[in-house]
Amino acid sequence: MKPNLMLRLGAVVIGAALLSACQVGTKSAKQYGYRGTGMDQITLAAANKKIDPINVVPPPPYDPPKPGGRPAKEAYQNVQVLGDISEDEFSYTMAAITQWIAPEQGCNYCHNPANMASDELYTKKVARRMLQMTRKINTGWTGHVKQTGVTCYTCHRGQAVPTENWALPAKGNPDTILGNLHGQNKPVIATAYSSLPNAAFAKYLLDSNSAPIRVQTTYSHPSKYPATANKTTTMEAEGTYSLMMHTSTALGVNCTFCHNAGSFQAWNMSTPKRVGAWYGYRMVRDINGEYIGSLAGVFPKHRLGPQGDPLKVNCTTCHRGINKPLGGVSMVKDYPALHPTAPMVTAAAAPAPAAAPTKMP
Amino acid sequence: MAYQNIFTQVQLSHAPEMGIAMKPGSDPRGTAVGFNHLFGRFGQAQLGPIYLGWTGLLSIMCGFIAFEIIGLNMMASVNWNPIQFVRMLPWLSLEPPGPEYGFSPIVPLAKGGWWIMAGMFLTLSVLLWAIRTYRRARALGMGTHVFWAFMSAIWLFLVLGFIRPAFMGSWSEAVPFGIFPHLDWTAAFSIRYGNLFYNPFHALSIAFLYGSTLLFAMHGATILAVGRYGGEREIEQITDRGTASERAALFWRWTMGFNATMESIHRWAWWFAVLTTLTGGIGILLTGTVVDNWYLWAQQHHYAPAYPSTGVVDPALGSK
Repeated sequence: MKPNLMLRLGAVVIGAALLSACQVGTKSAKQYGYRGTGMDQITLAAANKKIDPINVVPPPPYDPPKPGGRPAKEAYQNVQVLGDISEDEFSYTMAAITQWIAPEQGCNYCHNPANMASDELYTKKVARRMLQMTRKINTGWTGHVKQTGVTCYTCHRGQAVPTENWALPAKGNPDTILGNLHGQNKPVIATAYSSLPNAAFAKYLLDSNSAPIRVQTTYSHPSKYPATANKTTTMEAEGTYSLMMHTSTALGVNCTFCHNAGSFQAWNMSTPKRVGAWYGYRMVRDINGEYIGSLAGVFPKHRLGPQGDPLKVNCTTCHRGINKPLGGVSMVKDYPALHPTAPMVTAAAAPAPAAAPTKMP
Repeated sequence: MAYQNIFTQVQLSHAPEMGIAMKPGSDPRGTAVGFNHLFGRFGQAQLGPIYLGWTGLLSIMCGFIAFEIIGLNMMASVNWNPIQFVRMLPWLSLEPPGPEYGFSPIVPLAKGGWWIMAGMFLTLSVLLWAIRTYRRARALGMGTHVFWAFMSAIWLFLVLGFIRPAFMGSWSEAVPFGIFPHLDWTAAFSIRYGNLFYNPFHALSIAFLYGSTLLFAMHGATILAVGRYGGEREIEQITDRGTASERAALFWRWTMGFNATMESIHRWAWWFAVLTTLTGGIGILLTGTVVDNWYLWAQQHHYAPAYPSTGVVDPALGSK
């Protein structure tokens, strides 16, 4: 090999190595907090950003029907959730759902073509519960989804089973060191490839009884009284850290999107986004516990995780790497059936988060 | 003769230098001696003779046992698969006992007992090695500065793995053995206790750590820069005019008005290095025992600035 060829080859190798960790293209920076706190998000400038097709809202199956007409419950049998919408709107919503969830399998994925009203397929029972869930999210969880709302597509993206899911991890034998990674020390995306505990979802996002996420003490010195003492260990803090890494990865943002890194705990130093995340965690617990959890006996075995529980959602299921799922486009406005004006479940009125300062000092 | 530095110096072949006679009552020094040209390019070409002694021997044995316990535990965690062991090594760990065992010395091996064993043997190993540095220094009629500097590092090591867990009453507060796991522990520790950057002893430790690197760079650069005048022969030149030593001193006096002396620069370096781990250990020991949230402590004592409120309110206050 000639020396100058070696030199050129070396330059190419070094150049490629240097670039591999870099993102080419103009960046744009947005300040989210007080100056000097590092509270900003640096992203690729819009012109250079390639939008993943998975994050593009699909068009409606056809033009939304005009309001009015016979209610669906009169036109069809066994319509338990969408009975009050018009027959036309019902067909339109069903067409959209088919496109979002079972575009290849079609109506027969959930329905027996001989008797559309029959509940004999498990998928139909699941779909009904999911419709109730979607309506609850759009009316009861506005603290998280705001007026943007969600549709089936927010999670499903053309797949019968949303690709981003989790289940309770397989239980190892805790009495042996053989093959025992202690639920951590494994590079998986759920922990942003760290060695942090990877059972954080099971711990924090299972249902409304999940462990509190907060680890820090709200006073400076350890409490003398056992009743008020914060007994959270450093080990447990690793679980919260793991969950936060998941959220950060899922949203494509860093810690300071919500927090002032000076004090992760202090709410009066946090951005209003943190309030949205607070509702988000509770929404996910509600989805996993009240809705998916209630279907535990409905799913067939091949749809269950290693411990026999149904596949559940986390931040990534909807967010897919961007802080506003589907680019923040409100899809639900085209599907009023998924967003009943009267709240189905009376959720406690969420305290309004303080308005973000319009201009940061 | 051409200009020489550590990389080009002439390496003389000669009979090995066997060292001064041992003090009465000492163990015998080894007799194995060799020469290595490559070693000579970075330091002394002569290897050995080595003095092992009982402290050295036991230290190496204890260190080896600790290393094996950690390594074999990691390998067991990937089902003795050597390929997975290599692939996953940065992620693998030997975890301390969980909070359910408190600070009890009796913990099942698979649930942290191995961690206690590894920690015990590693502690024995470093303490024996420290004793060895003390005894060898005394045997040569030297001061014991190396010993005390090493003890400062051992202090931080023991605070992290033994003294603080003892005060907290739980092994689970100790650091896991593992490459990424110990780093994750460090971050989680700071998160749990309200940001370690607001711990003044952590701040001191960082100042001494960064100061150490600065002093190391300044001193190393100065001596290399006067190498052409024999600057590495520091002590014999201290009192002579026009020597490398005087030029080095004048360089700093003219550059920043003040210069350390050939003796004091080493005291600066020693104290900076020693204080890094000494203050660091104090900072760790106070965390969770005396202070539970360093950010709030810093606010209370006007140690850190309070930023203007963003007006965001804890939503949990409204719901319960």
